[in-house]
Amino acid sequence: MTGAGARSAPLPLLVPALVALAFLVIPLAGLILRAPWGSFWEILHGSQAGEALKLSLWTSSVATAISLVVGVPLAWVLARTDFPGLRLVRALVTLPLVLPPVVGGVALLLVFGRNGLVGQYLDQWFGITIPFSPTAVVMAETFVAMPFLVVTVEGALRSADRGFEEAAATLGARRMTVFRRVTLPLVMPSLGAGAVLCWARALGEFGATITFAGSFPGRTQTMPIAVYYALETDPDAAILLSLVLLLVSVIVLVTLRDKWLRGGSTP
Amino acid sequence: MRRLAVTVVAGIVGLAMAGCASDGPDAGSGGTAGGTASGSGASALSGDITVLAAASLTDSFTTIGQQFEAANPAVTVTFGFAGSSALATQIISGAPADVFASASAKNMDAVVAAGAAADPTTFATNVMAIAVPPANPGKVTGVSSLAGADVTTALCQPQVPCGATAEKVFANAKVAVQPVTLEPDVKAVLSKVQLGEVDAGMVYVTDVLAAGDKVRGVEIPADVNASTSYPIAALTSSANAAAAAAFVDYVLSPDGASVLTAAGFQQP
Repeated sequence: MTGAGARSAPLPLLVPALVALAFLVIPLAGLILRAPWGSFWEILHGSQAGEALKLSLWTSSVATAISLVVGVPLAWVLARTDFPGLRLVRALVTLPLVLPPVVGGVALLLVFGRNGLVGQYLDQWFGITIPFSPTAVVMAETFVAMPFLVVTVEGALRSADRGFEEAAATLGARRMTVFRRVTLPLVMPSLGAGAVLCWARALGEFGATITFAGSFPGRTQTMPIAVYYALETDPDAAILLSLVLLLVSVIVLVTLRDKWLRGGSTP
Repeated sequence: MRRLAVTVVAGIVGLAMAGCASDGPDAGSGGTAGGTASGSGASALSGDITVLAAASLTDSFTTIGQQFEAANPAVTVTFGFAGSSALATQIISGAPADVFASASAKNMDAVVAAGAAADPTTFATNVMAIAVPPANPGKVTGVSSLAGADVTTALCQPQVPCGATAEKVFANAKVAVQPVTLEPDVKAVLSKVQLGEVDAGMVYVTDVLAAGDKVRGVEIPADVNASTSYPIAALTSSANAAAAAAFVDYVLSPDGASVLTAAGFQQP
């Protein structure tokens, strides 16, 4: 029996593992080491960082809320029903996960832009233009982040114990009551994990947002876009903004911990 | 089965992380700058050069590049077009390139100050114009129209030459314009106008000409218009100094000047 523990990992596996670890960790360490810690607060106050941070925080929260309201029912339909084409629908729902985000932005522009499939009627009949507004930011972020939530919750629903739901039905509960009182609490941990993932993904969105919503400080310039432009004008602010995003990511990972690594569905 | 599903989900999510990691416009990603420096004489030039040029030079420099390659068959020219401020940042951070053509002296000065270029020469100037969609939904007739509350305008970011020059135009005309978006370079502004997403965009006259009938141009009177000058320089870290210098000379030559004038640039 081979002994457990990293000490007895075979060298051909240990060396590439260390290379991978170094590659992932050194850039993050570099970010921390090169940060202008001395002028931290003045830079954060002086630049447009505060506006970008506020905008990013509330748009990703709204995107997550929307994803919860429509994404959880979608996950339920995918997990608990059956109809011809279910697999195709599931694949389509997962598509934004692998689609390059800027492609998503172009697609949104072509549909909801002023001359878009849907957007032209919104503009002509209601005078509503979506691009270049915070609404567009929320839509772009929802488009890329909702699939995270749907996939996580669907996985949890499919592997949850149906026995509890069946017992509740036998005791006379209507279907919506079963959903509310049994199913949801059963998958609550995965729902929480999915929501956190969704929020973090929405916070970091760049390609779809900059294509569909453009960039204007305070209105549509989210943190990642602010970092991108700050690199050209004020590199110190760019580094500090990046650190804030790094901190948020670390907090997200710590919150998810085992849930994330195990894809956990056990309540 | 559950493990498989979990692995697949993790794999998809991992792919997605990779997908979002490669976000962001990637400017100046032309070919490699390697190439043997030639001996003597223009016809003996060979190798590859990478030219990083302002977005507004896209069409004219592509033509100049083709003519240069025709005159020097052993040389391959690769272009990277983007906002001059983005290009300057990349060059200062060590991006491999041979020639830099900027849409403003300010970005070139930053590159020279960092020691990445020397002896820039101004080869053209450009003035601004308003680009509107062919149907002119915003009924734009001049710079003052842009200040209207229901006219949506796209500008370049202020650190990009077209954004800085637009600010000068607005200062000259004494109007305050609230744009709906600040784009990374002038071609991005032009494409927003082409798509009909904005009522107007501040671009150069050369961009209006280059877009043909996809946009309409609204002229800006000379007394409020502002101009920007375009310097060009070979980069000190160029691996093919001879070809780089030859390209700079070609741009400054009458052949290069005629291409630029045909595109709407003015001679300095």
